[in-house]
Amino acid sequence: MAVQSRRPRQALAIAGVLALALGATACSGESESGLDPDSPECAPYSSYQGHDGESVSIYASIRDKEADLLRESWSQFEDCTGIEIDYEGSGEFEAQLQVRVDGGNPPDIAFIPQPGLLARFAEAGKLKPMPADLKTIADANYPADWLRYATVGGQAYGTPLGANVKSFVWYSPKAFAEKGYQVPTTWGELIALSDKIAAAGQKPWCVGLESGEATGWPATDWIEDLVLRTQTPEFYDQWTTHGVPFNDPRVVNAVDEAGRILKNPKYVNGGYGDVKSLTTTAFQEGGLPILQGQCWLHRQANFYANYLPEGTKVGPDGDIYAFYLPTLDPSKGKPVLGGGEFTVAFTDTPAVQAVRRYLASGEYANARAKLGNWISPNNKLDVNNVTQEVDKLSMQVLLDKSAVFRFDGSDLMPAAVGAGTFWKGMVDWVNGKDTKSTLDFIEGSWPK
Amino acid sequence: MTTTTSPATATAPARPATPSTPAARVRKRLNSPAATIASILIAVLWTVPTFGLFISSLRPEDDIKTTGWWTVFGNPRFTLENYQEVLFGRSASSGQLASYFVNSLVITIPSVLFPLAFAALAAYALAWINFRGRDWVYIGVFALQIVPLQMALVPLLSFFSEGVSLGGVTLLPAWNLSDEEKFIQVWFAHTCFALPFAVFLLHNFVSQLPKDLMEAARVDGASHPKIFRSIVLPLIVPALAAFAIFQFLWVWNDLLVALIFAGGGNEVAPLTVRLAELAGTRGSEWQRLTSGAFVSIVVPLIVFLSLQRYFVRGLLAGGVKG
Amino acid sequence: MTLVRAAAATAAARTVPGAGPPRRPFRPALRTVPLEALMDFADEAPKLLMLLYGLLAFAVVVGGLLLLLDVIPSWFARRREAALLAASTATTPGAPARSTTPADDAGGVPPPRRRRSVVNRREGGLALFFLLPTLLLLTVGLVIPAIRTVVLSFMDGRSENWVGLRNYTWMFAQDEIFRVLTNTLIWVIVVPLVATSVGLVYAVLVDRARFEAAAKALIFMPMAISFVGASIIWRFVYAYRSGEYEQIGLLNQIWVLFGGEPQQWLQNPPLNTFLLIVIMIWIQAGFAMVVLSAAIKAIPADVVEAARLDGVNPWQMFWRITLPSIRPALIVVVVAISIATLKVFDIVRTTTNGNYETGVIANEMYNQAFRFGQTGQGSALAVFLFVLVIPIVIYQIRNLRRQREV
Repeated sequence: MAVQSRRPRQALAIAGVLALALGATACSGESESGLDPDSPECAPYSSYQGHDGESVSIYASIRDKEADLLRESWSQFEDCTGIEIDYEGSGEFEAQLQVRVDGGNPPDIAFIPQPGLLARFAEAGKLKPMPADLKTIADANYPADWLRYATVGGQAYGTPLGANVKSFVWYSPKAFAEKGYQVPTTWGELIALSDKIAAAGQKPWCVGLESGEATGWPATDWIEDLVLRTQTPEFYDQWTTHGVPFNDPRVVNAVDEAGRILKNPKYVNGGYGDVKSLTTTAFQEGGLPILQGQCWLHRQANFYANYLPEGTKVGPDGDIYAFYLPTLDPSKGKPVLGGGEFTVAFTDTPAVQAVRRYLASGEYANARAKLGNWISPNNKLDVNNVTQEVDKLSMQVLLDKSAVFRFDGSDLMPAAVGAGTFWKGMVDWVNGKDTKSTLDFIEGSWPK
Repeated sequence: MTTTTSPATATAPARPATPSTPAARVRKRLNSPAATIASILIAVLWTVPTFGLFISSLRPEDDIKTTGWWTVFGNPRFTLENYQEVLFGRSASSGQLASYFVNSLVITIPSVLFPLAFAALAAYALAWINFRGRDWVYIGVFALQIVPLQMALVPLLSFFSEGVSLGGVTLLPAWNLSDEEKFIQVWFAHTCFALPFAVFLLHNFVSQLPKDLMEAARVDGASHPKIFRSIVLPLIVPALAAFAIFQFLWVWNDLLVALIFAGGGNEVAPLTVRLAELAGTRGSEWQRLTSGAFVSIVVPLIVFLSLQRYFVRGLLAGGVKG
Repeated sequence: MTLVRAAAATAAARTVPGAGPPRRPFRPALRTVPLEALMDFADEAPKLLMLLYGLLAFAVVVGGLLLLLDVIPSWFARRREAALLAASTATTPGAPARSTTPADDAGGVPPPRRRRSVVNRREGGLALFFLLPTLLLLTVGLVIPAIRTVVLSFMDGRSENWVGLRNYTWMFAQDEIFRVLTNTLIWVIVVPLVATSVGLVYAVLVDRARFEAAAKALIFMPMAISFVGASIIWRFVYAYRSGEYEQIGLLNQIWVLFGGEPQQWLQNPPLNTFLLIVIMIWIQAGFAMVVLSAAIKAIPADVVEAARLDGVNPWQMFWRITLPSIRPALIVVVVAISIATLKVFDIVRTTTNGNYETGVIANEMYNQAFRFGQTGQGSALAVFLFVLVIPIVIYQIRNLRRQREV
């Protein structure tokens, strides 16, 4: 078990050096070589056998601690099948992937979080379509809502891996209980609560939009959530695919609705000051004032749990927890905004296909979820294997039959908009630019 | 007004051995304070931001985010935790900073030496060998400085990974390098990208050498290679040292070339790749970058301080006489 | 501990090529120690071996080249003698080449077409060897990419169809992009000017001062930090907190001390562009200082002494002696900083990513070509960079001409 023994490596290294220095010539230890494929713990991997010694490279944007969890999640697969997975995570993933693909040196597999980027590679003929056996697994394990984001021109290219749910508002159950506030279930209640807190002399909302080169993205999530809540999911689809112009009056209306919170000096920015502080507050720190009682509501995805200080109790009766961002018009259904990454392949050797099949399987989803901090739309994933409270809540929202899932719109749009002018426009908008001209600017930048 | 007074301090004690005039001594005494104050002012202005970062790197994470670093003087609270995280890592796969350090060294040394040698040769030829079109060659090389690195990445990568073929005929096969062999790609890329500036810098120094000296050597029957080795090289040592420093800094601090040509694994990736990774998947751990910046600054500073003595020796003055 | 490891790894690396009997026992020891514990040795040894190969290759290439250069001239000299001999035997100087061809051109080298070219060719052949590695590497690494970029700039985002000049008209039609172009101009005017001035003044001031080395190291330090690191440092300086909270950015703290309202420095155009320029100046002044300081030290002592005896005051000394003497170095510094500024990328990317009207060409180029998948538009911006450097190139040509005339 390579990964579990990695932690003591430091100590072993010291020991090794000492041993060498003392001139000790022999000591024995466990070897790193794989497990016996026929052993009982390798039984679940029998269908992936036959590629011993081959290596598969994976490239993604996931780094550091989360990358360690990824490596750990497939370590037994590696030990049993003998396939070596070379994982590499980079903060420059999106740009570097294109350079590598154009340079003729693509990774075998990539985890792409933007369906828009995925479509670009697919249309350029760089991606390998899913083989039939993988397609069968994908259809059995994932909702059609999700699979269509990795389908380009009728051809399926990838399966979802991890997922996140963005339609959440973080709050402090403890503080709510103290003040006697109720978790709002309609948009009206949410605004009423905000007014109540504001009347009590506190700023109800805290927001952080600063995120280095991606500054502004949390605001795009706000807009998408409100387009979904003021219009139908079908309209949302048209909007993200440019079936309707970006500056459609109905979108203007949704953005104005968001502005009633984001640009309201009475509502923001709890713990950080005035509206001007939105764009200079790091998104990671956006919700922290809730813990200090300086802010009450913070709209952010389930992964915000990762940014809370160590020891923070997350749960329905803890220091902080989340509730579903209510809809304006319940008759239009229960929209859920989220994101995730898709496993796609640039090569299709049998070993690569084996890895893809494994990553799409229920066994993998459960193995990864058990390590914590992760959910997936994989319907074989057992909610009991999900560790964190807020992730369990996310799974409930994802699995809710009445919920309509929609992918993060800025990831669906062309990157020039979704990772460019949309972010930029939101920053200008929060800093005072009016809604109409902001949306006109974004519309004008849509690639023709 | 500081510039008015400055040259006195700069040039007055030019040769400690030669007795300076009384007037100069008086002037020096008068002007010194102004010059000193001016230089201290610049030095402080230039150091404060770095100093602030250094203080920050020693403070606990919460303090960095809530109070200014200058408050530390009233309320000293220090920790080495940031350094501990950078050096030994929190995540299992990243405890090996030493390994990345070695990578950085292995990448940097040849990436400095190759362009240095090639550019010195080229600079000499462009300055002192007569051949038709040499000015145009020089101007061409010079102008290549403007080609943005980013635009060169894709073609160079395909040169490595697909080789060169013309009309279906393979002229050069793909390199197919793996693991440690990838260092070769990185050296190659850095050498390519460094050459225009190197040739430009060295050409300027080489072409400043006295014409008489060169012609005398030619008359004595010395060949170009001999002149290059025995006359030019010793004379341009300061220029070589200067370029070596800049190239060292450039390569040591480079992230883009390393990301593309080395990849992210700890077999080849340099320190910068590791430090960039420290920011975490969603950039949440940026306070670690403060200590990371100081870990990576140590080696360049040592290189600068150790090569600095080459600047002291006179370039032309020493050369003509020697 | 790391030191011990590295040292041991070096030793291990050394044993591979050397294979000296006393060090031999290291290898079996390495094999029998648990693999996990030896990740470091196993990882580092091949790297250092690779470094050794690299240095070996360097020695072989450069040494070989020098050796070759030693051999070739004598070969050329023999050929030249033969050519001269042939020329002297020919009767008419007007057409000697043609007439001597069959007799002398045993080596298969085409005959000289002009009289002067006998000498020129000899030198030209030699120069080619001096230039060979540089030209080869430049062709692969930069010339081909440059040509490719120009070609791509006439194609669409996916590099599939020709679009003529559309990418260029796009550049000037979009207000945003036009802003980017003017910003780049501001950068390239301000940065070289200020950075060089500061570097020069400082180099003069600390020259022969008591703590010169230390003083220079202080200014040099920003250079040793990467552009990304430097930008992080300055983001700290420019950080903003609302008025009711304690400031964590130095600039706002000072601003507040003097009674101002805290400012979002990086979000207020056009000031923010200048605040980003400060970062570049902060970095590049060290470069200017290092090169100019070296040049100042190279001013012949007798020139300075002679001037002093003539009774020039320090001000005159600076303008009449120092400045003219270091003029070539000044040009190098200004030109190098100008080009570095044209290509500035990391600073803008790390601080604002081009938001709030701070974009510059290199940054926009990267975004267009690599993040937005608009390769054509990105390439057009890169080509515009080539255009911007033309004035500097012309200046260099004039410089070169003047130098040749002297």
